[in-house]
Amino acid sequence: MSTSPLLDVRDLKVSFRTDDGLVEAVDGISYSLEQGRTLGIVGESGSGKTVSGLTLLGLTGSRRTEISGEALFDGTDLLALDEQQLRKVRGQGIAMIFQDPLSSLHPFYRVGAQIIEAIRAHQKVSKSAARARAIELLGMVGIPDPAGRVDAFPHEFSGGMRQRAMIAMALSNEPRLLIADEPTTALDVTVQAQILELLDRLQQQLGMAMIIITHDLGVVAETADQVAVMYGGRIIEQAESRELFDNPQHPYTWGLLRSVPRIDGGSGERLRPIPGRPPSLIGLPEGCAFAPRCVLANDACLHGRPRLESAGPDSHTAACVVGLDQRAKAWQATQQDLDDSAIKTAAGVSK
Amino acid sequence: MTAPLLEVRDLVKHFPITRGVVFKRGIGAVQAVDGVSFSVAPGETLGLVGETGCGKSTTARLIARLLEPTSGEILFDGADLAAMRGSQLKNARRDVQMIFQDPYSSLNPRKTVGSIIEQPFQIHGLLGETGARRRRVQELMEQVGLNPEHYNRYPHEFSGGQRQRIGVARALALNPRLIIADEPVSALDVSIQAQILNLLSDLQRDLGLTIIFIAHDLSVVRHMCDRVAVMYLGRIVELAPAEQLYANPQHPYTAALLAAVPVPDPERRGAPRALLGGDVPSAASPPSACRFHPRCPRATAKCSEVTPQLEASDDGSLVACHYPLVRGEALAERQRDA
Amino acid sequence: MIVLLFLVCFVTFLVFYVFPSADPAQLRAGRHASPAQVEQIRQRMGLDKPLLVQFWDYLKGIVTRADFGYSYVSEQPVSKLVLDRLPATISLAVGGALLWLISGVAIGIVSAVRRHSKLDRFLMGLALIGISAPVYWLGLVALYLFASDIGMLPIASGSNTYQPITSSPSSWFNSLLLPWIVLAISFAAFYSRLLRSNLIEVMGEDYIRTARAKGLSERRVVLHHGVRSAITPIVTVFGLDLGVLLGGALLTEIVFNIPGVGRLAYDSILRADLPMIQATVLLGALFIIVANLVVDVAYAFLDPRVRFE
Repeated sequence: MSTSPLLDVRDLKVSFRTDDGLVEAVDGISYSLEQGRTLGIVGESGSGKTVSGLTLLGLTGSRRTEISGEALFDGTDLLALDEQQLRKVRGQGIAMIFQDPLSSLHPFYRVGAQIIEAIRAHQKVSKSAARARAIELLGMVGIPDPAGRVDAFPHEFSGGMRQRAMIAMALSNEPRLLIADEPTTALDVTVQAQILELLDRLQQQLGMAMIIITHDLGVVAETADQVAVMYGGRIIEQAESRELFDNPQHPYTWGLLRSVPRIDGGSGERLRPIPGRPPSLIGLPEGCAFAPRCVLANDACLHGRPRLESAGPDSHTAACVVGLDQRAKAWQATQQDLDDSAIKTAAGVSK
Repeated sequence: MTAPLLEVRDLVKHFPITRGVVFKRGIGAVQAVDGVSFSVAPGETLGLVGETGCGKSTTARLIARLLEPTSGEILFDGADLAAMRGSQLKNARRDVQMIFQDPYSSLNPRKTVGSIIEQPFQIHGLLGETGARRRRVQELMEQVGLNPEHYNRYPHEFSGGQRQRIGVARALALNPRLIIADEPVSALDVSIQAQILNLLSDLQRDLGLTIIFIAHDLSVVRHMCDRVAVMYLGRIVELAPAEQLYANPQHPYTAALLAAVPVPDPERRGAPRALLGGDVPSAASPPSACRFHPRCPRATAKCSEVTPQLEASDDGSLVACHYPLVRGEALAERQRDA
Repeated sequence: MIVLLFLVCFVTFLVFYVFPSADPAQLRAGRHASPAQVEQIRQRMGLDKPLLVQFWDYLKGIVTRADFGYSYVSEQPVSKLVLDRLPATISLAVGGALLWLISGVAIGIVSAVRRHSKLDRFLMGLALIGISAPVYWLGLVALYLFASDIGMLPIASGSNTYQPITSSPSSWFNSLLLPWIVLAISFAAFYSRLLRSNLIEVMGEDYIRTARAKGLSERRVVLHHGVRSAITPIVTVFGLDLGVLLGGALLTEIVFNIPGVGRLAYDSILRADLPMIQATVLLGALFIIVANLVVDVAYAFLDPRVRFE
């Protein structure tokens, strides 16, 4: 049984003209997402992950933006819509929540009023009906005494409650897709767990699809069905979640997995940081964006950008020119904590 | 048993809340730190963890005397830092240095990197011979992994990770014995965090440093620390060797905290992690007796009446709880919202 | 507040006493009076008494009888003279204020929304001129161009034509139109630049992005979310500016010869009429103090975060 995907992004490119040069924030990414599933987009700062999410709703804002490619939402290309058509999608077909709920809610308006505004932007209902719905939504996201708190101001809520209110607002028109940009990064860890649990429950209840944009691999493992790893504005690996963690096929993904301390790991073992730092998105050199930091880099990596090629079952793809066998050996060596030259030798990669 | 390098006794910091503009009336206090005691052995790394409002950053600043304690003692090598003034305090500061969280705002943007790292020498009047300071600064830059030729560059010319290295170099300038690292990697990208953590580990080993490591990221703390103190609303609720704490947490809050950390392992998906409901209460009007009791699934009436003291349990860790978890016991899941 | 007024009163008294612009008794007596006559007049006016006694008498008068003394020049009760002039100043100040607030805000919004366009540059250029040009110069130019009696394009009433609203509303309006515009220009210029920069900054905030993400129309985003935030500092500045003006829009009143409190203060200073000076200064101080209080309250009303401190 194949259903056409809810969201089908094809070769999306976004660049900004700035005084410092052309910033190629998103450099040709493609993915598809089915109804009811969650896609995790993982990357560090400067990977282009946030811009890719904002572009779907036309929120990148700058006048000097060039966008190309397609983003088919239920068959309609979002990138071809004009402002007026996009406004119908925003908050209704696709909703978005952001990282910092304190700065993302208007400080001068009551929370209830902001939710009511979201409702009445898309539904013809009376103010009192909208208000009743707002109270219902606040209850649905787990805010105690919603009728009493609907008239509170954002700064009167704690961080976790604020994020719940934002979620309530985003869900007010029952969107088919929710884009969550670092939804828990600004929150304490116990609150983070509550919010992720809430999103999971709501997703099942409402049958929506979700895109979670984050830098935290733990969050991705917790929430995502499929994962796309971004680096330098490109997707460098994509797979079903379990497959990605069991069988990562790109040196950057290995680097991410090995450089993060784990709560279930022993203490004292040395972390393997990725040397160097993430690239600037202005004037990316030809060739693989990760090559300057990659343990397996060789001459072939410097010419021509690697394409996403099959690297495992279930449409697992990775963008790396080093052969699959060689990579498998290299990953094994990495897991055994061998040093860089030993990994290269194991992989049989020449300088 | 070697004497501890640092011993904190009953440290208290209350920030008064006032009302009124012309005539300020005290109407209460934010009890940021409310009776904290611990000791740190030389060469050890002690972690202070907790969530917003637990008082860990305030404790750090109190030890570094960037804030004045309301009461309590801070014994560094036997001498009470809290009671020091003037030149005695100034000299003591050479031994206790701090690394700050935000590499973007903790460096003076108008000074060159070289002069930033050199400043401690100027303040204390050390290494006055020509060129001696510069040489030492360049030595320090190499030690933290920076290119000494960048002596004359400005902070904005460096990346976040490099700026944090500058902060480390500055902290090391006077050969301190105790370093307080306040969330040193929280503001950095994941792939850079590991570099800085490795740097700190290496420096500790090479220079025999004692480190108090403050973080909210439990995975990082586990990796870096020998012992860990868990704080909640201004008090320490558990203090134990890292292995023990993470394997067998005894305080319900510690257990909930550990359960909440997302692990990069999809096998774990669906396991209940949000064991705690609600939010951290305000530090201005904290709950009575055990501050955790309103959110604790094990709480009884006693918990709201009798304050549990930090006491040693069977395996040597310290817990402040009337009903600590025993080995292997799991914390009960809370009632979920409907 | 009372303390402040008291201090203002005392300092004015002191300044006048220590640095008198002229000898009021001398002025009163006229040019041909003999020293003995001047001395007589001085005694009659009570000017020979020590400073503190004079001050005390003055205060007593205010507190017990609401008597602000008598003008040295016309010997009429000060309170009556001042109150007679007040309506003109209020008309001028309030009318001008409304005009500059509306035009300043509107121009600011348009400029901000069309940032860097030719229209924006043009408007901000005009604003710069408006800020730099002194009010009295603008007034004189306006008269030169538009005054009914002497202007090149006589389409507005000229100077000295002020009509109180009681005589006829339309002629009142006509007589104030030009002064309103002149007064408004310099303030509107400043306000438009202020609102423009505030609004540009506000439009970069996260909550604006959220508003757009909700699917709101751009107009609602700009006005309801953007301007609502950006206007708060404008309101406070507006209150203070209006407070100052109510104490007498001096230069405008002089150029257009409007019989307001400002004009009165100016004349009184020239004539060393201390009781009048006292009264106008006190009135000005009162308006400023009240304006400050109103502005504080208004700010708490506008920004809910301030209320809960």
